[in-house]
Amino acid sequence: MKLQQLSVFLENKPGSLKKALGVLADAKINISTLALADTREFGILRLVLKDWEKGKEALEKGGLTVKQTEVLAVEVEDRPGGLAAVLAPVEAAGVNVEYMYAYSTGAKGKAVLIFRFSDLDKAIQALKGAGMNVLEKLQVLGA
Amino acid sequence: MTLEQWNDIPGTFHPACTPDFLPLEQLRQLQLQRLQATVRRAYANVPLYRKRMDEKKVAPEAIRRLADIDQIPFTVKADLRDTYPFGLFASPMDEIVRLHASSGTTGKPIVVAYTREDIEVWSNVMLRSFAACGLHQNDIIQNAYGYGLFTGGLGAHYGAEALGATVIPISGGNTDRQIMIMKDFGVTAICCTPSYFIHLIERSGEMGVKMKELPLRVGVFGAEPWSESMRRYIIDNSNVTPFDIYGLSEIIGPGVGIECSAHQGLHIFEDHFYPEIINPETGEVLPEGAEGELVLTTLSKKAMPMLRYRTRDITTLTREQCGCGRTICRFLRVGRRSDDMFIIRGINVFPSQVEHALLKVEGTLPHYQIVLTRDKGLDRMEVQVEVTPEIFGDTVGAMEGLQKKIAKALDETINLNVAVKLVEPHSIPRSEGKAKRVLDQRKM
Repeated sequence: MKLQQLSVFLENKPGSLKKALGVLADAKINISTLALADTREFGILRLVLKDWEKGKEALEKGGLTVKQTEVLAVEVEDRPGGLAAVLAPVEAAGVNVEYMYAYSTGAKGKAVLIFRFSDLDKAIQALKGAGMNVLEKLQVLGA
Repeated sequence: MTLEQWNDIPGTFHPACTPDFLPLEQLRQLQLQRLQATVRRAYANVPLYRKRMDEKKVAPEAIRRLADIDQIPFTVKADLRDTYPFGLFASPMDEIVRLHASSGTTGKPIVVAYTREDIEVWSNVMLRSFAACGLHQNDIIQNAYGYGLFTGGLGAHYGAEALGATVIPISGGNTDRQIMIMKDFGVTAICCTPSYFIHLIERSGEMGVKMKELPLRVGVFGAEPWSESMRRYIIDNSNVTPFDIYGLSEIIGPGVGIECSAHQGLHIFEDHFYPEIINPETGEVLPEGAEGELVLTTLSKKAMPMLRYRTRDITTLTREQCGCGRTICRFLRVGRRSDDMFIIRGINVFPSQVEHALLKVEGTLPHYQIVLTRDKGLDRMEVQVEVTPEIFGDTVGAMEGLQKKIAKALDETINLNVAVKLVEPHSIPRSEGKAKRVLDQRKM
C-alpha cells in the first residue's frame, strides 16, 4: 500500500537537477513520477522509481544525499473536485498533508496523487473507508 | 603498545633504544652540544643568520647554556621566501641529496634541502613516530600523503621502510582506488590528512565497503590542524585509533612530533628539534605550561639549519613525564594557528569555533567552509555546510529549521550573525592535501 519515495538534496544552482537525473539514466532506472520542491537556496527532488533500491544505491554512489520516505498514491477521477474528494476523509481523520504532487496517467480520465501524510496508516484507513483507490504500485512515467 | 609488548615483536628495532627514553640530564647535554654546533654552522655558512646575529652582537660562542638560545634572532617564513631558492642552505650542492618545496599558494614556494645525513635523521624520527603509534614490521602501511615536492609522502615512506613495515606508496587522490587497495591488501595503518581520512570513511560507505570490518587499526594523521570532533568522528566510524603527527617542511617535514599511545599531547623529538613557547606579540619566551607560539630550532640539520623558527602554531609545552615512559617533552595538539584566525567586523574568529558550533547541532560535522566576502564595505561571513543523510529531512520545513539551528549555534558561539548555506555533499573542495576551511574573498 505504501510506496517508497526517494528524496534527494539539491543545491539551487545550474546543473544539480541534471546531475541527479543523469545518475539514474546511467543506471538505467525508470522514473514513475517526480516533483521538485524548491526554495531560494536549495531544492528537494522527490522521486518514485520503478526500482527504488537500485535507484538509492546509484544516487548514493553518485555522491548525492538521499533519504527514503513512504508515500501514498491515490487514483482519482480527472475532473473538478477529484482532489477535494480525497482530502475530505483525510482531514476528517485529523491527518495533515505534508506535501503532495500529482500526475496524469495514460489511463483515460484518471489522475494519480502522491501524498506524504503526517500519519500514513491513519490516512490509509480513512481513504479506504471512503472507497478511494490507494495504488500498490505506479506505472512508469511515459510508458 | 607498552615497552614490554615490544619485546614480542621480531626484528632489531626497539623503541627503548631510541633517545625517546634518554635520562633528562643526558638529553640536555646532547641538546646543548648539538645546539652549539648548529649555531656555529649556521653563522659560518648562512649570510642571513650571520648578519642578524652580528646586528644583535651575538657570537656563536655566546651559547653556553640551552637558555642562551633566547639571544638568537627569530627566523620567519618570509625569510625563506626572501632568500628563495637556496639562500638559507648551509651545505654546498654536492652534499645536498634532496630538495622539497611547499605548495606555495601565493607567489614563490619555499625550498628546503637535505644532506644524506639529514635524510637519515628524518627517516629515524619518522620511524620513532610510527613506533610510538604502535606500528611495527608486520604492519602494512598505506601512505596516502602526496609524493613529490610535498614532504609528507617521502617522509612517511622512508620512516615506514626504516621500520621494516610494508609500505604502499599510493600517494594522494583517487579515493575509490585507495579504498579498494585498503580492503584487498589488508592494510593495517594509513597515513594521510585527517580530513582526507574522513572523506575515505564517507566514500567507503557509499561504495558499500564496511570500514569497521577492515583490519585497518592505526591512522597517522597530520599536515593540518584538526579538532576533537574530527577525532571523535574517526573513532566512531572506523576501528582506527588516530595519532596526530606534527611537522613542517621548514624544520624537516613530518616527524617533528607524534602522539603516543597515552594520547596526552604530542612528543617532540627533542634530540633533533629544540622547542620553545613564546608570546607571539612580544617574542618573549614563556614559562612551561603557558600557551603561546611554538618556536623550533633544528639541532642536527646540516643542509638547512633553522634557528628559532616561528611556526605560527599555538600550543602549550609540558615536560611532565608521560604515561608512556618517554622522557622527551610534549605539546598539546595544535588546534589553531596564529595566522588562521580571521577578523570579521572587529571580532576575532578561529575556524575551530565554527566547528564547535556546528558540533552542537547534531550530525553537521565534518564538512564545512567559511566564506568571507565584502559588499559595500560590509564584511559578510557565510558558513557552508554539506548536507549528509543524517541531517537531511525530506521537507523544506525541516531543512529550513536545520539552517536556523545552525545559525543560532554560530551566533551563540561567536556572537555574530552568520549566513548559513546548505550545500550538496562533496561540493566543498576536499583536501587530497589540506582542508581549506576559510575562503577569504574580501578585497582589502
